[in-house]
Amino acid sequence: MDNYYLLIAAMVFVTYLPRALPLFFLREIKLSPVTQQLLTNIPYAVLGALILPGVFYSTGNITYSLVGAAAAITLAYFQLNLLIVVLGSILSIFIWQIWF
Amino acid sequence: MTTQAKTLSNEEQNTMGFREGLVASVPIAIGFLPIAITFGVIAKAAELTLTQALAMSLFVFAGASQFVGVNLIVLGVPFAEIVLTTFFLNFRHFLMSSFLATKFLPMSKTMLAVVGFGITDETFSMASIKDGKLSGQFMLGLNFLAYSAWASGTALGVLLATGIPASVQASMGIALYAMFIGLLVPNMKKSFKIAIVAISAGIANTVLSQFLSIGWSIIGATLIGAIVGTLLSDSGHSSII
Repeated sequence: MDNYYLLIAAMVFVTYLPRALPLFFLREIKLSPVTQQLLTNIPYAVLGALILPGVFYSTGNITYSLVGAAAAITLAYFQLNLLIVVLGSILSIFIWQIWF
Repeated sequence: MTTQAKTLSNEEQNTMGFREGLVASVPIAIGFLPIAITFGVIAKAAELTLTQALAMSLFVFAGASQFVGVNLIVLGVPFAEIVLTTFFLNFRHFLMSSFLATKFLPMSKTMLAVVGFGITDETFSMASIKDGKLSGQFMLGLNFLAYSAWASGTALGVLLATGIPASVQASMGIALYAMFIGLLVPNMKKSFKIAIVAISAGIANTVLSQFLSIGWSIIGATLIGAIVGTLLSDSGHSSII
């Protein structure tokens, strides 16, 4: 563990560069329409990939995960405040655990 | 009201500051806390000191790679290999940062360097879905609360050294996913194209994650989803779908 802080420094380096470099370089470059189209889709693609399949394993119990996901989808469908979606989803699993 | 005046007032409305950033960050903080506590508990079990665990959360600030990092330390994996794994795992932020570069209002290089540090899956998701351009102040607020939750949760986990009760842990595990769903579903409702993009990326990630590590799998799935979206706009009228 002697070099622990050296390890941290190296981890910071390789984590920080991909985060920060595009911010500096991409604003200098004029992007082609196709690249711009690709970029506009990225947030939704990222969200899709973050949700699937991770959501199924999120609680360590597939039933709980499905209950929580169903609650979140329902609340989000009715466009309720994001905080209500999150808290409602947590609460749905909590209640499910107590009842079943 | 002239068109110009209208545009101006819209722009003013859309420019969110530090406060709005903090508010937007509340769901992220709720999701981060239990995960950070778990990280603290695991770090303690791996015989890291409070300072060492905190240093990782404060400087690296990347959830998945911190868990993997501590895990590999325990296994006695050479440090070079841990760094390489971290790089692969976090390279996906490159895509997110590329998108954000086009969404930021002009800001100083120092500000870019600071807000760049705070890009995570969660802060990116929250920021990217917002309408209009993003100010440095908004990003600072967004990052600040998420970062604080991550750091304080880590400290709490090390100090308590016991996880939160299993029942609470199970229900809170859904938090960040519920947030992602809450960000995505209203947009899917609004646009068929967005729904197709997200679902194809999700299916792609489900398949790819069987073969690839999670970092590469997310990159591949994101690109597939984005390409599907681009093809859809080329074949139709992009403004409608």
